[in-house]
Amino acid sequence: MAESGEALEELTSLMHGFSVVLSPYTLMLMFVGVFLGIIVGVLPGLGGANGVAILLPLTFAMPPATAIVMLSCIYWGALFGGAITSILFNIPGEPWSVATTFDGYPMAQQGRAGEALTASFTSSFFGALCAVIMITFIAPAVANFALEFGPPEFFSVYFLTFCSFIGMGREKPAKIIVSMMIGFALAAVGIDIVTGQLRLTFGFTELLRGFNFLIAVIGLFGIGEILLSMEEGLAFTGKSAKISLRVVLETWRRLPRFWGTALRSMVIGCWLGVTPGGATPASFMAYGVAKRMSRDGDKFGTGQMEGVVAPEVANNAAGTSALLPMIALGIPGSPTAAVLLGGLMIWGLQPGPLLFTEQPDFVWGLIASMYLGNIATLILCLTCVPFFAAILRIPFSIIAPVIVVICAVGAYTVSNAQSDIWFMLVFGVVGYLFKKLDYPLAPLVLALVLGDMAESAFRQSMLMAQGDLRIFFSNWLVGSITGLALFALFWPLIARVIGRLRTVRPSTA
Amino acid sequence: MAQHATSRRGISTRAVEIAVALLTLAFGALVAYTSYLLGSTWGEYGPGAGYFPFYIGSLICVGSIVTLIQAATARHPAGKRIFVEWDALRRVFAVLVPAAIFAAGVYLVGIYVSALFYIAAFMIWIGKYPWYKGLAVGFGVTFALFLMFEVWFLVLLPKGAYNVLRFVGY
Repeated sequence: MAESGEALEELTSLMHGFSVVLSPYTLMLMFVGVFLGIIVGVLPGLGGANGVAILLPLTFAMPPATAIVMLSCIYWGALFGGAITSILFNIPGEPWSVATTFDGYPMAQQGRAGEALTASFTSSFFGALCAVIMITFIAPAVANFALEFGPPEFFSVYFLTFCSFIGMGREKPAKIIVSMMIGFALAAVGIDIVTGQLRLTFGFTELLRGFNFLIAVIGLFGIGEILLSMEEGLAFTGKSAKISLRVVLETWRRLPRFWGTALRSMVIGCWLGVTPGGATPASFMAYGVAKRMSRDGDKFGTGQMEGVVAPEVANNAAGTSALLPMIALGIPGSPTAAVLLGGLMIWGLQPGPLLFTEQPDFVWGLIASMYLGNIATLILCLTCVPFFAAILRIPFSIIAPVIVVICAVGAYTVSNAQSDIWFMLVFGVVGYLFKKLDYPLAPLVLALVLGDMAESAFRQSMLMAQGDLRIFFSNWLVGSITGLALFALFWPLIARVIGRLRTVRPSTA
Repeated sequence: MAQHATSRRGISTRAVEIAVALLTLAFGALVAYTSYLLGSTWGEYGPGAGYFPFYIGSLICVGSIVTLIQAATARHPAGKRIFVEWDALRRVFAVLVPAAIFAAGVYLVGIYVSALFYIAAFMIWIGKYPWYKGLAVGFGVTFALFLMFEVWFLVLLPKGAYNVLRFVGY
C-alpha cells in the first residue's frame, strides 16, 4: 500500500502546484508564452532554445515560479508550432519535425491541410500529456534516489549524457566529439573556480567572465539559421490552411483508430526523450515502426494521417520527457531544457535533486503549468493557424533584419555587454558552417552549460580517489551508470556486431 | 543554359570540410597547449587548473584529425560536392556584412537608431522596397522594441557614444 500512498502524495503536491499557477496573471502569461512560442517556432531562425534564450531577460523581474511558467509555455508553443511549417510549407522548423513532413505535406497538397494540422496538434497534445504524467510520478522518485549521489555518481551521469549523444547521434562520431569538446573548452574559459587561475583568456578582459551559453545559443541557432535560410534563397511556397470546427470534429472522430500507433509512439518518445538528443531519433523511429506495423504501411508518404500521428506523438513525448532529467537531476536533455536550466541558475535556484524538497512551490508549479500549458497550446494552435501561417508569408528581406536585431537585443541583455553582440555574430558563422557540414550543435550547447559542473564533479572525484579512475566503478550504482555510458558510447559498434551475427546465423544453421 | 552551368560553381565541400577540421585542430591544440602551461598534472592541491581542459583539447585534436582524414578521402555524391555556390555565398554576406555594421553602430549611436537604419537599409537595398516603406518598418519595429524594453519591462538597452535619444529624455 506504500506505493498508492506515494502516488497520493504526488497528487496532493500537484494540486498544490495548480493552486500556485492558477492566478489570472499567471494564466495570462501562459497564453502570452504559448503565443510567442508558436511565433518563435514558425519563424525561420528562431527555435525553442533560441526563443527562450532571447526572452529570458524579460522575466528577470518576475517571481521565478511565474517566469518559468511563461518560459516553459514558450517551449510548448515552439514544440507544437514546428508542425505548422512542416505541414504547410514542407520546411521542418526543427530537426524533430522532419518526419512530420513525410505525410503531412502530401496531405496539405491534397487540400487536407486542416486535417493534417488537427491530427498533428492533437497527437502532440497526447504525447506531451503522457510524458507530463510520467514526469509527475517518476521525477520525485528519481530526485529522491539522486539525493544519495556524490561527485563520482554525478560525473557518471554527465558521462552517460554525453556518451549517449555520441552513440545515438546520426552524425559522424568524430564530429560529435569535436563539437561537444569545443563546448567544454568554451565552458572552461574564464576564472577557474577551484584554483582561481585564469584559463584560456589570452589577455582579453571580455573573456574574463567566460562565455555565456545563451550567447552561443542565440548565435548558433538564430544567426546561423538566418544565414542558412538566406543562402537557400528563400521562396516560401506554402499551402493555405483553414481549420473549421467541422474539420476538427471530423478528424477527432477518426483519430481513435490510430490508438495502437499512438501508444507505441508514446512509449518510444518517453523512452528516448529521457536520454539527451532523443526527440529526433524518436520521431524517425516512431514513423518507421508505424510504417512497419500499420495495415496501410505501404501507403505511407502519400498523405496518411497515421504518418502524421506517429512522429508528432513521439517528438512531443520526447521533448517533454527531456525535462525529466532537468527537473530531477539538474541535467538537461535538450538545448531548450538547458536554457531553462540556465534560467533557474539566474534566479538563484540550484537545479538538482534538492529542488523538490527546497522549492516545492516552484517544482510543482512548473509541473502543473505543463498540464495547463499543453491545453493552452492546443487551443491556440487550433484557433490561430491562419494567423501563424500568414507570418510565414512576410517577405524574408523584412524578417531577416528584424530577427537579427531581436537576437542582438537578446544577446546584449543577457549580461549587458556590447561585446556579446560580436560573439553572437561569430557563433552565427560557426553555426552556419557546422550545420552545413553536419556537426551537431546540441552537444556543443549542452557541454557549454554543463562544462563547469561536469568538471568540478570530475575533479572532486579525482581528489577523492587520488587520481584513480577506478572510482567510477567503485560501487554498484556508479559502476552501472558508467557501464551504461560506455554501452551507449559503443552502441554503434555493438549494433553492427549484432547485425552481423544475425545475418551470419541463418546461413550457418 | 549557360546560367545553369555557372550557377553550379562554388566552393567545394571537401575544401570547407578540410578548412574547418584544420581550424578545430588548431583550436584544440591551442587549448591543450595553454592548459599544459597552466598545469595539466597533479598539483599541490590536487588536479591543476589545466587538468580537465588538457584532455578536452587533446580530444578535439583527435576528433579533428579523424574528420580531416575522413574529409580528405570521402567521395561526395554529385549533389553535395559544392558546399556553397558563389551566388548563395553572396547572399550570405549580404546578411553578414550589414549585421556587422549594425553591431558596430550599436557602439556609436545605440541599438535603437542602429536597428532602425539597419532594417531600413536591408529592405531598401536587398529587398528592393521603396525607401519610405523601409523607414516605416524600421521605425515601427524599433519603436515597439523601445516600448517593450525601455518602458514596460524596464530593461535598458545601449544608447551608444552619441546618444540621439537624449533629446527625448532617455
